[in-house]
Amino acid sequence: MNWAPNNIPEILAATWQHLVLSVSSVAIGLVIALVLGILCARNQKLYAFVLTITGIIFVIPSLALFALLIPWLGLGMKPALVGLSSYCLLILLRNVVTGLRGVPAEVLDAADGMGYSARQRLLRIELPLALPLIVSGIRIALVTVIGIATVAAFIDGGGLGTIILMGIDQEYPEKILVGGILTALMATFFDLLLSQAEKRMMRGR
Amino acid sequence: MLATAFTWIIEHQPEFYQALGQHLVMSGVSLAIALAIGLPLAVFIVNRSNFALVIINSVNALRTVPSLAILAIMMPLLGIGLWPSIVALTILALPPILLNAFVGLRDVDPDAVEAAIGMGMSRGQVLRKIRIPLAAPAMFAGARTAAVQVLAGATLAPFIGGGGLGDFIAVGISMMDMSRLLVGAVPIALLALATEFILGLAERIFFSERATA
Repeated sequence: MNWAPNNIPEILAATWQHLVLSVSSVAIGLVIALVLGILCARNQKLYAFVLTITGIIFVIPSLALFALLIPWLGLGMKPALVGLSSYCLLILLRNVVTGLRGVPAEVLDAADGMGYSARQRLLRIELPLALPLIVSGIRIALVTVIGIATVAAFIDGGGLGTIILMGIDQEYPEKILVGGILTALMATFFDLLLSQAEKRMMRGR
Repeated sequence: MLATAFTWIIEHQPEFYQALGQHLVMSGVSLAIALAIGLPLAVFIVNRSNFALVIINSVNALRTVPSLAILAIMMPLLGIGLWPSIVALTILALPPILLNAFVGLRDVDPDAVEAAIGMGMSRGQVLRKIRIPLAAPAMFAGARTAAVQVLAGATLAPFIGGGGLGDFIAVGISMMDMSRLLVGAVPIALLALATEFILGLAERIFFSERATA
């Protein structure tokens, strides 16, 4: 171990980049999944169609998906963000729709009876009740994306994958270990953090 | 661009088939090894809770390590070439196979197990005649997830000299040759989709009655 202690700023920068890339990809994915999910919760045909499309994207290996984006988006952060956020769509969408559908019919009836408009009902009743499942979706998506984001280094997307790649090119095992372990720690951290959040939300239900 | 890629494949058939062959051999062999280790291991730990705790936790920890790092670390350990990639892909395939098989074996309907014990079956018989057959759908589902993951991981093998279809992507990126990129990316995507589709279909054909029961 003599590279890491002397290159803390570089490592921190890569870690930060990795974090920003992963979190923003999941955030973009979440916005899309929420919009699609709200539409799909009431429309089974649309849901089946969207599930097929997002399922196809999910199965395509990450490097191939990035490679398919390069002709349109070039190299760098842009194709990485697009690729990673389309990756987590399937996970997020499934949880949003399952969460929304899990709201009991009596609760919806009661909200209607109290004179809630469709939008009020969605914002004040349905989404809050679906929140634990949505958070669980965010957790799985984030853990998945943090791992896949290392591959983004190949298309100049930055992040901890860059350190792993350097390690491969220079045959320097320490860099591979530093990149790999930091990625694993980041994934584990968010896994624990968000499962805690889930548990807290489920308490008192 | 697609047309150029297609022409390239026609003109370089031996090269393309060699990469495709490497890709398939690498993925198939690792999946087979992972199944040969994972399924017996799941059977072994299902009635031994101490072992199970240790193994399941280590496998879960292993899952957070990115596939790129697992492949990369094989290079200093085992050198370059096909074998280091196969070892890395086996490690990638193990968690879904082991976890699915373990959960499937553990969560078999307790009534069925009790009935079998009531009929005088020994522990080994319960395992062979009740638990394993009832857990087969879960085992298959694990193998299916593992297969898709291995195909994806195999894409990264060229970076440690393992060859395969990812080679074309690596070359395409370094030369910024879009059609060469597609020579790798399109077959890889189709291969993964076809695998997922065929295994999904097989799962429905083999296990549909029991899944609904």
